[in-house]
Amino acid sequence: MSDMIAEVDVLVIGGGTAGPMAAVKAKEKNPALKVMLLEKANVKRSGAISMGMDGLNNAVIPGHATPEQYVKEITVANDGIVNQKTVMAYAQESFNMINQLDRWGVKFEKDETGDYAVKKVHHIGTYVLPMPEGHHMKKVLYRQLKKARVEITNRYMATRLLLDDSGAIAGAMVLDTREGGFGVIRAKSVILCTGAAGRLGLPSSGYLFGTYENPTNAGDGYALAYHAGAELSGIECYQINPLIKDYNGPSCAYVTGPFGGYTANSKGERFIECDYWSGQMMMEFYKELEGGNGPVFLKMDHLAEETIGTIEHILHSNERPSRGRFHEGRNLDYRLGMVEMHISEIGLCSGHSASGVWVDEHAATTVPGLYAAGDLACVPHNYMLGAFVYGQFAGQSAAEYAMSHELPAVDAAQVEAERKRVLAPLANPDGLPPAQVEYKLRRFVNDYLQPPKVTKKMEIGLDRFAEIRADLDSMSATNPHELMRAMEVHFILDCAEMAAHASLYRTESRWGLYHYRVEHPEKNDADWFCHAQLKKNDAGEMTCFKRPIEPYIVELDDEEKDAYNRLRVVKQAATA
Amino acid sequence: MPMTLNRVSVPVTVNEDACIADKGCTVCVESCPLDLLAIDLLKKKAFMKYDECWYCLPCEKDCPTQAIRVDIPYLLR
Repeated sequence: MSDMIAEVDVLVIGGGTAGPMAAVKAKEKNPALKVMLLEKANVKRSGAISMGMDGLNNAVIPGHATPEQYVKEITVANDGIVNQKTVMAYAQESFNMINQLDRWGVKFEKDETGDYAVKKVHHIGTYVLPMPEGHHMKKVLYRQLKKARVEITNRYMATRLLLDDSGAIAGAMVLDTREGGFGVIRAKSVILCTGAAGRLGLPSSGYLFGTYENPTNAGDGYALAYHAGAELSGIECYQINPLIKDYNGPSCAYVTGPFGGYTANSKGERFIECDYWSGQMMMEFYKELEGGNGPVFLKMDHLAEETIGTIEHILHSNERPSRGRFHEGRNLDYRLGMVEMHISEIGLCSGHSASGVWVDEHAATTVPGLYAAGDLACVPHNYMLGAFVYGQFAGQSAAEYAMSHELPAVDAAQVEAERKRVLAPLANPDGLPPAQVEYKLRRFVNDYLQPPKVTKKMEIGLDRFAEIRADLDSMSATNPHELMRAMEVHFILDCAEMAAHASLYRTESRWGLYHYRVEHPEKNDADWFCHAQLKKNDAGEMTCFKRPIEPYIVELDDEEKDAYNRLRVVKQAATA
Repeated sequence: MPMTLNRVSVPVTVNEDACIADKGCTVCVESCPLDLLAIDLLKKKAFMKYDECWYCLPCEKDCPTQAIRVDIPYLLR
């Protein structure tokens, strides 16, 4: 089969949230550029927001919050380890992006005067803007893609980035997931928007695809960036979320909190002051779950009928609408009982925590011509709105880069090696089924990497991962679909090894449960007030190193610094 | 190496009387983020080919004849 060859100026990989925005903004920057949006599924229904989103978690809206306040909040929520310039760049553009989405037809909740109806969920400031009709988000984005004349290539998966002889981006190598063909897309610049590494840990249900994140997000971009020599950052700051037990989706406290719902223990008592997802909050959640007061629940049964009706409408029509039928199957009515909650499997995601590909405030990675935006780009707690804002930055930056660079030559040796790697499972019909390899790999991730993190366990984990790596060569695929899954197993293994190495490297505890090292239980600012970076060195080995934190542009006072360490409800002395 | 086939119950049910795949419709196949649905070439009806469901519902919502029902996968139900 001959290779598909395409030549474009800007290649955007991933058509979920950040990707469509990046592609539209690259075209807006220069309509003469050829911009291709490559998507493993179909851009109409792909990514984390395939069914829309129920609200903005980080809206910085004048009158409710300032960019400076937001930068402080995220600095504290992420335990000090932030490049404030990147968070500030987001915060300053947040309101413009909301207004643009509003003009595009996204429906936000507004009050009787037409102002955005912002709600308080975070520990310090006020940043949550509900979208009760947010299920139409993908349609809004699709209209803009068509209007901007972005070239859409659905059902193709990037397997490796292509580099020129100087180490700069030259394009990507791709797999046709329907036909099994291999291809090369030459590009002057590439934007990674492939979402979280959401298929890393195994959900406790044992169902491989019952993950918190859309399971198409297998960590593709983390592996693509790593093999291209890019720096990754904060990989040890895992994504771990409080989710509906078994269903494994959000319940969701951001939606219910402003209406009066809250996280409770088995006695129905509040034990955390703030439901905003942070490592510190997850630590309190974990302690309650494992202690005598568990399980943990989301409590709404004290709310008024009309309030519960509103919550049901939002939760059962947006983001993860099947939660309604899950509760129905378990005979749970929010009016009569509490929702049993649990802790998710681990993943990598900067949208929720801080594990991602290192980017600056222009969405540039450390590889010339390579940009990143969305859940995989390391701008802490960036969520959907951050994906849109950094999608915009990435689109503009990648367009500028493409305008000042020629299309690099293709290195035939890289293409040949990759074709061989990608197509090998099809030529090996008698080998290991990818699903079995994936199951075993992800079970080991749970067994050895899940916090509390124990040094010896993580070292054993690395031994097991090395054995799985040897198994990759014996994987088989009986059709192109299975071949896609086989190549995803490669990505998942890369992410598992990154998670172990990064976690072993940082010999302290930070971010609450996300990086709780049993042998190093205390935070150690003297040695570890820095970013921990990870990359492939010249010998092809995974290495970690420190990157100093840029001087803060917004200073914190001592009380603020400590705010997220005081999440547990302090019991008042009982009154008679 | 020796292999076997395991039976699994899948979460997507297609009402074949309502499904219009025989008239050329492939909406659900295109909607699925995980590419799990296919058209049975003999019956000319949609079916769930792979048990890799995120119970996310685009197939059900986008079906022009409401022929699809997505249940929560048995292991999670």
